[in-house]
Amino acid sequence: MSANQETELLRFITCGSVDDGKSTLIGRLLYDVGQVFDDQMTALDDASNKYGTQGQERDYALLVDGLEAEREQGITIDVAYRYFRTPKRAFIAADVPGHEQYTRNMATGASTAQIAIILIDARKGVLAQTRRHASITSMVGVKNVVLAINKMDLVGYSKATYDTIVTDFTRHAKELGFSEIAAIPICAILGENVTTKSANMVWYDGSHLLEYLENVAPFPISHSEFRFPVQWVNRPNLDFRGFSGTVSSGTIKLGQQIIVSSSLQTSRVARICTYDGDLSEASQGQAITIVLEDEIDVSRGDVLSLAGSQLRPRKASDAKILWLSSAPMRLEKDYVIKHATSQTNAKITNIKSALDFATLQDVAADGLAMNGIGNASISLSRPLLVEPYEINRDLGSFILIDKISNETVAMGLFQGQTKPTSNGRKTQFENLAKLAFPNIENPKQTAQKALYGLAISSIATFFMALLVTNSSAISAILAFLDFAFKPVIWFLFLREAREKAEAALANIDGSGI
Amino acid sequence: MKTLTHLDRLEAEAISIMREVVATAEKPVMLYSIGKDSAVMLHLATKAFYPSLPPFVLLHVDTTWKFNEMIEFRDATVKNLGLQLLVHINQDGVAAGVNPIDSGSRIHTDVMKTEGLKQALDKHKFDAAFGGARRDEEKSRAKERVISFRTKDHRWDPKNQRPEPWHLFNTNKKPGESFRVFPLSNWTEYDVWSYIARENIPVVPLYFAKVRPVIERDGGLIMVDDERLKLRNGEKIQNKLVRFRTLGCYPLTGAIQSSASNVSEIIAELQEAKTSERQGRMIDNDGGASMEQKKAEGYF
Repeated sequence: MSANQETELLRFITCGSVDDGKSTLIGRLLYDVGQVFDDQMTALDDASNKYGTQGQERDYALLVDGLEAEREQGITIDVAYRYFRTPKRAFIAADVPGHEQYTRNMATGASTAQIAIILIDARKGVLAQTRRHASITSMVGVKNVVLAINKMDLVGYSKATYDTIVTDFTRHAKELGFSEIAAIPICAILGENVTTKSANMVWYDGSHLLEYLENVAPFPISHSEFRFPVQWVNRPNLDFRGFSGTVSSGTIKLGQQIIVSSSLQTSRVARICTYDGDLSEASQGQAITIVLEDEIDVSRGDVLSLAGSQLRPRKASDAKILWLSSAPMRLEKDYVIKHATSQTNAKITNIKSALDFATLQDVAADGLAMNGIGNASISLSRPLLVEPYEINRDLGSFILIDKISNETVAMGLFQGQTKPTSNGRKTQFENLAKLAFPNIENPKQTAQKALYGLAISSIATFFMALLVTNSSAISAILAFLDFAFKPVIWFLFLREAREKAEAALANIDGSGI
Repeated sequence: MKTLTHLDRLEAEAISIMREVVATAEKPVMLYSIGKDSAVMLHLATKAFYPSLPPFVLLHVDTTWKFNEMIEFRDATVKNLGLQLLVHINQDGVAAGVNPIDSGSRIHTDVMKTEGLKQALDKHKFDAAFGGARRDEEKSRAKERVISFRTKDHRWDPKNQRPEPWHLFNTNKKPGESFRVFPLSNWTEYDVWSYIARENIPVVPLYFAKVRPVIERDGGLIMVDDERLKLRNGEKIQNKLVRFRTLGCYPLTGAIQSSASNVSEIIAELQEAKTSERQGRMIDNDGGASMEQKKAEGYF
């Protein structure tokens, strides 16, 4: 018991195409580690006779496919979570569906996984759905992948077949940024290389699957700075006001100065309160209640960080999104965004590209269908503390919810920031344009048109002056003065003319310039 | 930096789920069924909201056929913790004379538990109900969401559940709709007992082995808890050293022969166990998909 309390937790998924044996593999794992009980075995054998897809053999998949519809059709529709433990580790296994129409359930299962086992039927090799699952696995940040080449018995335990598939997958996966791909040839039904080494594949000298799962060191998520999304304000009485939540990344210590994301107000940590007594520090994964020294305004949805930390709450960001709904995606439509503990409105303003699952390349697109993945621009109705998903899972992920049906229509990951310098220049120009054309709906475009016109008129001035003066220096000065003074005059004097001119400028379509 | 063990992680996850629901629901309630899972859930709730008391009432849907020791334990626990408990009994079922012995387990469970629960949720307009069910318990529960959507009629649609990526829960709903919330989703029976040991959580003494009066019926050992259990021909009361692995209505709950009389002996026994936890629950065995059906109709 005491040994158990010290074990670590490893979450993994089994994914891959339909009928590659995902459920069978988990069923077999559970059976081999002795975590299928006698009454469940009896029920399994009964069910195998009734629904089994393995002829006279026991159908281990029925240990996992718990819904009636799944058992009838012999497929997995929704994620099933199964639990087992060995003396070394406790495991949470998510068995995800292989069918394309249930990709959203697959993505859900993958989002919390540290390891992905991608199954491939040795007879079929890498299929479109294999690539789709590999992409989603990579998108949600899983870095360690086990390539389990299954049904080796049906290809005569051929090393050549195994090698071909491994090479093929590795080539496809190059774009996906996995830190480790461990290939294991297995036969899930017979339990070969699952929890014991197979005598039929002596050419394979790596570890069997369970051995790998027990020993793999999952790629660490880069926890850097302290982030604490406030979940609930704890006020039992007038003397206590604490902020409850789970530390999302980093560490906080008693007495440290913190800053609130929405107000940028600062205070110091007076107490880190838990039922089991106050703590002197707390770090990633701990559910705590923070009490501050000062009475500053903090509410659910705020994020506490260490003072001095680079905080840039943003109203727009690039994101990778997976569309989960059968309802069509609409640009510029107001959705509800749930991000960490806050909820506000958001729009998808633009789809830049979508992932082509055949080539794993981004291709131009203007929308996403159900199960589609794309690069999008998101605009938020109020600033949120958004961070790239690679840096912080909690502040880097979100879901979009339909305002009327309340359906969860998309899941998304915020991407790194667009380069701040060009961003800064763009905003400056926009501000100036707004100042120049305050009454026009689209000042930026109007200002661009005006600049083009100005440039052309200055060039014309230069050539006309050159004709008259025959001096390029004088002409250049005149042209420059023309270019520089027109905006000054615009800003200073032509208040009345401006309104008329603005209307006229707005009507030019600019295509001729 | 503190390295979190797997129990630490499960605890933090459950606390986070509870806080999320309390922060977003209008009127949450905790289903308290008195068993070990409820005991753990209640303990986690005291931790999640400390120093506040859990900001919701407890609800026990009483079928009137629980073990007497369970009711005693329930009342003592609630008093100790200073919490408010609602007890709901389906009076229509009582008036119709529904009971587990004559009506059979299916009708009894449907009327006294499922219907009783729906009545109580409707009556008090609870929009989120915490339950101690675990995915590990049963195959259709393995498919359940952590925060699971229910229609106005309390129905569960297992084929159309809201995706729950990461730890992001969509808690938006329309009036009349509700959620069932399972903070112990990712716990196993073994985790529950390990946690009870670690945290010293009190549980109903029926879990510990003791000599108790039982009869053999339908292949199980049924404890004679009061005079309502009439002996059938050939049945006779025997005193056996038994304990219970799960607790429900006493005529529907089979005892196991065991000498495990404390938590560490139970954990040792679990490691050798050859049968699953719900094996003693007669209500689960009305056909392969029976739990799924009951859940679709509104059972917890």
